[in-house]
Amino acid sequence: MSIVHRAAWLAAALLVALRPAAGAEERFITVASTTSTEQSGLFDFLLPAFTRKTGIAVRVVAVGTGQALKIGERGDADVVFVHDKASELKFLDAGYGVDRREVMYNDFVLIGPKPDPAKLAGGKDIVAAFKKIAAAKAPFASRGDDSGTEKAEKRLWADAAIDVKAVSGTWYRETGSGMGPTLNTAAGLGAYTLSDRGTWLNFKNRGDLAILVEGDRRLFNQYGVMLVNPARHPGVKVADGRAFIDWLTSPDGQRTIAGYKINGEPLFFPDYGKPAS
Amino acid sequence: MGDLGGAFASAAHMILARDPALLGIVLLSLRISLTAVLCAALIGLPLGGALAVARFPGRGAVVVVLDAMMGFPPVVAGLLIYLLLSRAGPLGRFGILFTPGAMIVAQAFLVTPIVAALTRQVIEDLWQDYRDPLRSLGAGPARAIPTLLWDARVSLATAVLAGFGRASAEVGAIMIVGGNIAGVTRTMTTAIALETSKGDLALALGLGIVLLTLTLAVNAVAHAAGHAAARGLR
Repeated sequence: MSIVHRAAWLAAALLVALRPAAGAEERFITVASTTSTEQSGLFDFLLPAFTRKTGIAVRVVAVGTGQALKIGERGDADVVFVHDKASELKFLDAGYGVDRREVMYNDFVLIGPKPDPAKLAGGKDIVAAFKKIAAAKAPFASRGDDSGTEKAEKRLWADAAIDVKAVSGTWYRETGSGMGPTLNTAAGLGAYTLSDRGTWLNFKNRGDLAILVEGDRRLFNQYGVMLVNPARHPGVKVADGRAFIDWLTSPDGQRTIAGYKINGEPLFFPDYGKPAS
Repeated sequence: MGDLGGAFASAAHMILARDPALLGIVLLSLRISLTAVLCAALIGLPLGGALAVARFPGRGAVVVVLDAMMGFPPVVAGLLIYLLLSRAGPLGRFGILFTPGAMIVAQAFLVTPIVAALTRQVIEDLWQDYRDPLRSLGAGPARAIPTLLWDARVSLATAVLAGFGRASAEVGAIMIVGGNIAGVTRTMTTAIALETSKGDLALALGLGIVLLTLTLAVNAVAHAAGHAAARGLR
């Protein structure tokens, strides 16, 4: 019997040693959000302020907008905080979410190598820039992951009347990954890419990449927040989830968002209750 | 070169400064991987032993499938377990998605075939030598399994360590079922993936060095315990 005893003793000892640490936060909500909000560092700044105020911890699962909406659709999060208005409205229409509010915006920027083979630096017209990239067949790294950024990028290619599907794998490369990995790829390839400004400002491995085109009205990037529909998923923490949405859109929450800066430069601009531009 | 130098500097800094965030991540990684390996051993060792001594139609096919399961892609395992544990899935009401529990389930799923398949091979070899003496003592295959497992413990420890290696190095499955939530489900490997995403390659590689050191330490402790046990028995 000694083997059984030993095994039992070992199992008991391990289980005791591996117990979760005491005092773990009990009250929390799960938020499905995008890599841009997490990798820009916004959440590290914003969420502790909310938790201090309400005692509600926020667990963020940061993925692309497409996957974040899918997580909400399956009821695996309480709140969805993403940036692609078209798919958000579809999500609401299908009854997966309720109470959508626009919280803040930032903008996309066209990043590229400093040698700038397509000669884009200083331009203000993003569609013209995309046309020049295609004409020069200069390497372009696309997210290719159904994220909000990719959807914005695809709309710009459509505006430029360029069928990138047909050239995928040639000068147009789909990385199938988040903004950071795509920027890593662009740095390695000397490729152009479209990034949200927040992730770019917080990104460390820039190599010889720089912002080449910015400031076009079509580069506007709106973030929206929604509660997962509790009628569809009874497990949704309605009160605490709504408390988070209310705080984000309150004067206090909006001020906190505006206060997040890197090198003195704000990353996100609160715009709850303001008419869309 | 700057990144490589920076990696060693940041690894040394993290270890020396005993950064509490890093400590939390290290403890969580150990807790998840060791619990998963424990579960896998409790299932895989008896299962492998039983498969080694049992004879039944279709046994050959079961052995092939079990061996193939050692190569189960972690990202597929993660996806399967995500669909099972999701609120919209069959086990959704337990609400363990995006918790360490879900990550333990995923890693145990990946490690159990490794432990079971390696155990099956080890015990089958041993069973060749033991069958006749044990039978003459009146012990059938079922009663022989505990004896076989105990006598093969040194080889089986290696099988379990191989399982631990798989668990602690794995990122695809736990990223999906854990969600890489800061302070809740962020482990060494998911933190490395995140820092790589942020372009902080020195910090990512520094975390990698810490992880390798940890794996080395776990194996060293296991070997030391094995030697101590061997001496104690003489």
